[in-house]
Order: sequence, then C-alpha cells, then structure tokens
Amino acid sequence: MSVGDILFWIVGLMTALCAVMVVVTQHIVRCAIWLLFTLAGTAGLFFLLGLDFLGATQLFVYVGGTLVLVIFGVMLTATGPFLQLRAGAGEWAIAIIVGLLLYGLIALSWLFADWSKLPESALPDDPRQMYHTEQLGRALLGDTSVQPASELAGVPGSLGAADKASGKLQEPPKRQASAFLLPFEIVSVHLLVVLIGAAYLARAKRKRVVVAPRESL
Amino acid sequence: MNNVGLTQYLLIGAVLFVSGVVCMAIKRNAIGVLMGVELVLNGATVNFAAFARFHDAFRVEGQIFALFTIVLAAAEAAIALAIVLNFYNNYLTVDVDSAEELRG
Amino acid sequence: MSIQLIILLIAAIVLVTFVALSAIFFIWLERKVAGRIQDRLGPTRTGGKFGWLQTVADGIKLLAKEDIIPANADQFLFRLGPYLAFTGSFLAYLALPFSRDVVALQMNIALFFMLAVMATEVFGVILAGYGSGSKWALFGGMREAAQVVSYEVPMALCVLIPVLTAGTLNLNVISQQQAGLFWNWYIFHDPFTFLAFWTYFTCATASCKRAPFDLAEAESELVAGFHTEYSGLRWSFFFMAEYGSMFAVSGIATMLFLGGWHTGVIPATISEWIYENLWPVYVVVSVLVFITKCWILVFIMMWVRWTLPRLRIDQVMTTCLKYLLPIACVLLLGASVLPLVWHTVFPGWVKLPFRNPPAYPAAPR
Repeated sequence: MSVGDILFWIVGLMTALCAVMVVVTQHIVRCAIWLLFTLAGTAGLFFLLGLDFLGATQLFVYVGGTLVLVIFGVMLTATGPFLQLRAGAGEWAIAIIVGLLLYGLIALSWLFADWSKLPESALPDDPRQMYHTEQLGRALLGDTSVQPASELAGVPGSLGAADKASGKLQEPPKRQASAFLLPFEIVSVHLLVVLIGAAYLARAKRKRVVVAPRESL
Repeated sequence: MNNVGLTQYLLIGAVLFVSGVVCMAIKRNAIGVLMGVELVLNGATVNFAAFARFHDAFRVEGQIFALFTIVLAAAEAAIALAIVLNFYNNYLTVDVDSAEELRG
Repeated sequence: MSIQLIILLIAAIVLVTFVALSAIFFIWLERKVAGRIQDRLGPTRTGGKFGWLQTVADGIKLLAKEDIIPANADQFLFRLGPYLAFTGSFLAYLALPFSRDVVALQMNIALFFMLAVMATEVFGVILAGYGSGSKWALFGGMREAAQVVSYEVPMALCVLIPVLTAGTLNLNVISQQQAGLFWNWYIFHDPFTFLAFWTYFTCATASCKRAPFDLAEAESELVAGFHTEYSGLRWSFFFMAEYGSMFAVSGIATMLFLGGWHTGVIPATISEWIYENLWPVYVVVSVLVFITKCWILVFIMMWVRWTLPRLRIDQVMTTCLKYLLPIACVLLLGASVLPLVWHTVFPGWVKLPFRNPPAYPAAPR
C-alpha cells in the first residue's frame, strides 16, 4: 500500500465518519462542526486526487463561505442556548434501516459496475503529474486538445474535438470559445444574483419608524 | 485490500450521499435539513472528482461539473437560509413540522 | 514515495517551529513597539538588556496556568476552537515559498490555496465565541465572523490585480518575475497595482483582526471578545494563530507586490549567476530577505495598531462594503482594461511589460 493509499483511507474514513456524525448528532451547532469536518475532508480527498483547484474552491466557497452562513443561520434561529430538536425512536429506526438499505444498494451497484464500457484511461499513477489545474484553465480558454470527449458528457463539443472524431486533423481555430466557458461565467453571475436575492429575502422587515437622522458614520 | 481506485472513492461518496438523505429525512431543524442537502451535493462532487481523476474522458468535465455543484450548492444554501430566517421571523421556530401552512 | 513523505515531514516540523518561534519573536516585538510608541520602554529586565526572554517567561506562565473551562461552556466546541484557528493559519504556510523552490508543497495555485485555508480560520473564532457560553465571547465571535467574511471579498479582489499582471497563481513564478531591481516589483508596475497594495494591506490587517479593526476582542466593550473565557495554553494558541496569519498575509503581500525574496538592488543577471553557482548562498540570503520584508510589514501592522484608535463595528463594515470593496472593484477593472488600452493606443511602441504566462510542461496527451 503506497502512502497515497494510506492517506486516502485515513482521510476518506474520517470524512465518512464525520458525515455519519452529522446525522447522529442532535445538537445543531455540533452538527455544523461535523459538517465542517466533512467538507474539509472532501477537500482533502480532492487534493489527494490531484485536483488542487477543486479542493481550494471547496475550501474557499464551501467551507469559508457557505458554512459560515449556515452557522450564522443556526445562531440566529436558536431560541435558547444549545437548542435541540429531537426525532422519535421509531423515526430513527426507520431512518437507519432505509439508510443502510440505500447504502447497500449503491455500494453493490458500484462494486459490480462494469467500467469497461468507458473509454480506456491511460493516466499516470501519480496525480501530481497530471497538471489538472492547467488543463482546466486551458479547457476554459478553448484549448480543444485537453477536452477530449465533450460529446460524452452531452455538451456540444468544440470544433477541434469534432475534427478529431472525423479523423481530419485540422488546425484548431485560435480563439475557439470552450463549451464550458459560458456556463462557467453564467454560474458565477448566477451566484452573485442569488446572494443579492438572498440578502433581500433575509432582510428583517421592520415597520417603518421615522427616526431622527443619525450622524454620519 | 486492493489499490485505491475509482470504486473506493465512489464508496466514500456514497456514504456522504446516504448520510445526507437520512439527515434530510430525520432532522426536524430546518437548518439540519439544509445540512443534509449539502452532504448529498458533496457526495455528488466526490463522484465527479473521482471520475475526473480516474477516467480520461471526464478529465475536464468532471472538474467543471464538480465546480458547478459547489457553486450551485452555495447559491442553494444562501436562498434556503434566507427562507429559513424568514420563517423564523414569522413563527419563532425552525421546526420543519410546524411549517404546514401554505402562506407567508 | 517514502522519501517524499520524509521530506514533507521535515518541512512540516520546520514550519511548525518557524511559526512558533516567529510568534514568540512577534509577541516580544509587539511589547517593545507598543512601549516605544507610548513613550515607555517595554520589557527591559527578563533575559538581559532588551527583555528578549519576556515571551519565554510569558509562555512558562501560560503553561503553568490553571486550565479553566466555564461550567456554561460547550466543552467539545470550547476545546476545539483554538486548534481550528491555529490549523487554518498554519496550513497557509504549506504553500508559501520562502525562496526559489524552497516551499513545502509545490502548487500551481499556491495563492488560491493560501487564501482558501486562511478563510477557514474564522471557524476557530466562531466556535470559541459560541462554545464559551458567554455573551461577550458570543458577540466577539459574531462580529469577527461578519468582519472576516466581508473583508475576504476586497482582499481577494486586490490579490487578483497582480495575478492579472503576472498571469499565474504560482507564487514561485510570480516572485521570479519580479527579479532584478526594485522597479520590477509589481507594486511599481502600474498605478493600479500600487493602489492595490495599500488596499490589500488594509484588508489583510482587518482579516487578521488587528487594530484598528480588532472589534472581535475590543477590550473596552467586550472584555476580551471571543477569547474572554480562555486561559493558559488554549489562549496562547489563539495568539499563535493571530501572529501566524499576520506573517502569512505579509508573506502574500511580499510575494505579490514587493518582489518576494529578491533584494531589489541586485540585478537579475547577477542573482541568476549566484543561483547557478552558489546555490546555498542564494537560498540563505533570499530566505533572510523574504523574512525581513515580511517582518517589516508585520512591524507596520503593529505600528498601526498602537497609533490608530479602534473603529466601531458599523464603521468597520462601512469601511469594507462602502469604500474598500468599490475601490477594489475599480482597481481590478482598471488593471484589466489598462493592458488593452495600452496596446491599442501605443501598438508596439513602448512595451509595458505585460508578461505572458510562463511556459509549463506540455499537458501529457
């Protein structure tokens, strides 16, 4: 077992354990902390996979942004200190049984899945040699050589890939917009719009009271 | 134990997913339900990332879709929290069982 | 693989030692600076003339203190807080290069990684605030969370400006691009990077919760803010985290704007010659140069702390959202438009050094 594998088992099992703890814990702030560990562990898995950009995004957007929001939400809605809302024992029993069944189903389907239908992968063993981040950037900038199988994902492929499929090796057009650049931009703007909308929604709607104008801040 | 590959990552992702589903079902606190949603989305992200690493065909797609999932999860959490806060302002509780009327 | 692991372990040990030692040094420096600015002497007796053993004495005192957990506190969260804060600030050092290729983890996106892990530091403070079961701590924690999350936005925007100029997030490459004399530094690259440095430094001060933005611990209103209930070793972990992240944000500023480990007075050809022929000398000198630059920035943070009065919480938020954020946006816009305008107005005339991204090894396909 290589060091990478050992690290995977440590990080992966910790992540899974923390995910289970999120469900089991009653105390909602502690839930949020277990969720924090789960998300950070997921970021760790991404780093182990060599997907640095993804891992850093997970930490930045998810852990540093979303989870802070969630904890704020928890604190703003707690009526007393250390508030708990419990589920009944029967509900727990059903939840555990259904959860185990669901996990068994998914796990069996993964274990017996036949991946041979997928295209042959010839990737290096060490994820650090794969230049994932660079490829991501190139793909977004429209370098069609790093985006081999757009058609597989159902996204309209760029010209270069289509040319490759037809066997004609042509000069790829220099400024070819990638299939993913526009969605990527849209998603970023979407997030901004959503955040503004959420801020509007969450604004406390007080009755209008005429107050004396305050001194400037 | 054989070498760590696609299947092992998918199994970890499945743990996250199932925990999320159970969490959504069992929590009575609305924010707990929201945390379940986050777990489910994270399970999906792990799967995307694993495919990005272990299969040539998804090398870029896997990452892009995982990025989309992260960003959309952030958006979803923001909106859901805003709604929960509004609900709390009106009813002084975050118990999802008490949200049974279809009016604001 | 195992050799790599051993190297990583050694790097981790060196980094932890460095963070702890520099925290000790900074605490002493803070006392001296505060003393001098307030027309006092600061510590003078412990360990000789300048009181340089003061922090060690403080440390022994802290270790010997009784470890108190308030009855009202949530034990688990209370214990967890300091470690989370410290982990966040320590992780940033993994990707911070101290000299050319002297870095624990070579990373393509080192800068993004540093910002991301430093964003997680806020959890330590929130947990400490919530877990203490004290209203002062809770207020401090909430203020801190609001402040850090808001100041991250202009800070990240300011960081983007030199990144736009450099065309990479790799700190090693960014610093290497600023080799040579000091007008190669990105702070002097164009007006936008010059202003971006000051904006970044302000945001960085705020995100380290240093005065005048130290609302999280505002002694006069909140006793001691989020660490009101902490004592002994746990309390000192918060301080290690604070000084650790001060050095880390100063490191980012040095890398991005102030030429990294380059002295600014030795021409690039000479330093390149030294690198190729006298590698150990190069590494030692450049590490010292880099650390000195960071120390100067940390010193400026202390100077500001003991000079300016503390803002109110609403003023802190106004400064961020109404002033720093628009400024950062305008700077980013300007920095991205400037090269376009320049190349349109003066095609091929004066070449402002808008560099191309460095050549990477080709993707393995």
